[in-house]
Amino acid sequence: MSTFLSLCDAVAANLKDGDTVAMEGFTHLIPFAAAHEIIRQRKAHLTLVRMTPDLIYDQLIGMGAADKLVFSWGGNPGVGSLHRLRDAVEKGWPRPLAIEEHSHAAMANAYEAGAANLPFAVFRGYKGVDLTKVNPNIRSVTCPYTGEVLATVPAIRPDVTVIHAQRADRDGNVMVEGIVGVQKEAVLAAKRAIVTVEEVVDDFGRRSPNAVILPSWTVTAVSVVPGGAYPSYAHGYYKRANAFYKAWDAISRDRDTFRAWMSENVLEKAPEDFAAFTGRQAA
Amino acid sequence: MTEYTPTEIMTIAAARALSNDDVCFVGIGAPSAACNLARLTHAPDITLIYESGTIDTKPNVLPLSIGDGELCETALVTVSVPEMFRYWLQGGRITVGFLGGAQIDRYANLNTTVVGDYAKPKVRLPGGGGAPEIATNCGEIFVTMPMSKRAFVDKLDFVTSLGHGSGPGSRAALGIATAGPTKVATDLCVIEPDPATRELTVVSLHPGVTREAIEAQCGWPLRFADGAGETPPPTETELKVLRGLQERTARAHGSDA
Repeated sequence: MSTFLSLCDAVAANLKDGDTVAMEGFTHLIPFAAAHEIIRQRKAHLTLVRMTPDLIYDQLIGMGAADKLVFSWGGNPGVGSLHRLRDAVEKGWPRPLAIEEHSHAAMANAYEAGAANLPFAVFRGYKGVDLTKVNPNIRSVTCPYTGEVLATVPAIRPDVTVIHAQRADRDGNVMVEGIVGVQKEAVLAAKRAIVTVEEVVDDFGRRSPNAVILPSWTVTAVSVVPGGAYPSYAHGYYKRANAFYKAWDAISRDRDTFRAWMSENVLEKAPEDFAAFTGRQAA
Repeated sequence: MTEYTPTEIMTIAAARALSNDDVCFVGIGAPSAACNLARLTHAPDITLIYESGTIDTKPNVLPLSIGDGELCETALVTVSVPEMFRYWLQGGRITVGFLGGAQIDRYANLNTTVVGDYAKPKVRLPGGGGAPEIATNCGEIFVTMPMSKRAFVDKLDFVTSLGHGSGPGSRAALGIATAGPTKVATDLCVIEPDPATRELTVVSLHPGVTREAIEAQCGWPLRFADGAGETPPPTETELKVLRGLQERTARAHGSDA
């Protein structure tokens, strides 16, 4: 059963130095508040897994929390580069970053394989491309029925998956709505799962019988952090701060400007400060 | 005639390639503008799909990211990302994939991964995202990107997604049955693979653009089709709809900090 904890306690109890951590949310519901708590607790030597590293991993990488990144698209969507990711890969700042690079199809299949308790994922992909030459984890298998050669990648099995969701009920069940990405798969593939939510409700009320709900017993800890997905968004609560995504380009381009911003907006802040972002127009 | 920019005619030329019956996998940026322009002009029933899982979406403003709320709110249905890549893309349900890139070569192979050596890159680009599987699992591929010598290169630093490989038979040799890139819309001209050699060949020059101007922005000796004509200029309607879309988008993205 999940336990309601403060975000500080949830991270301290469930995430250790050296862990493989997946913080998912495909543009939507990105768990920024949890990442900031990880940075404040100075967690280190993490292997960070995420399809789209986005600003959330740019911040973790720039603060030196990661030894390795597993990813499939590392840009600032619609804006350009992730400058902290680039600085780590191109110049080794603030520390060298090993990368394991995939395609989206591979990562999505690998999470699903993890959730399905399979050792690897099989799919029709990676044909004629150079990633197969630089990532030894991309291999192949011959179909025993047709003889077709198909691509394989290892299942993703994080030590910890961290996601943000709209609601938990009093029993700690979690409901996700909107663009649901790979969050369900990432939680079910992991040994432990931390979920931050916008709010706790008595019950989920009217909903589709096919709603995406993670039962309490699949989640380790639930923390109530309103606004915790900002500057990404929470469908039904607040919109994506596209203007901030654009502003991040200038903030992150320079090492000193980045560090000053992180000091003022992350190190000197607390999870409850994210509540200020919930007043934005509902998405 | 109304004035227009090179970027506008590029977007309009790309939009014209789409038909009402297409089911289109949309990349972010220029492809997204072209696909939505097509939907708002000559192809009102086109099905637009974004890799965030939004199927048959009808955004009123262009999304900045592949997963803006606008896409989900205006979609027929939103599915998970594994389902999107397994059932819809790999399942062969997509007729056209729309891609851009940092580099393209004469066989329309694309690079969005690195400039320089992979292990020690000069410029680390975002990477492939959905492109490697979009390029081989969609019925055909349209590419849109502005021309420059840095972008239209003799040899890619890295093959992120497959076009026509090294020429005729490359795709078939890998067991790929889909058509691959069939059209490249640029700011200067429209380019298509030659039916026999698969090499990119200019099929129409935008109004007022010379062969020399096009050659000056290409890193290999670019071929021109016999009888390559002029791209029809943008119509008043195309320009009005595109500009309206861009204005709504700028307003929506600028005011929500």
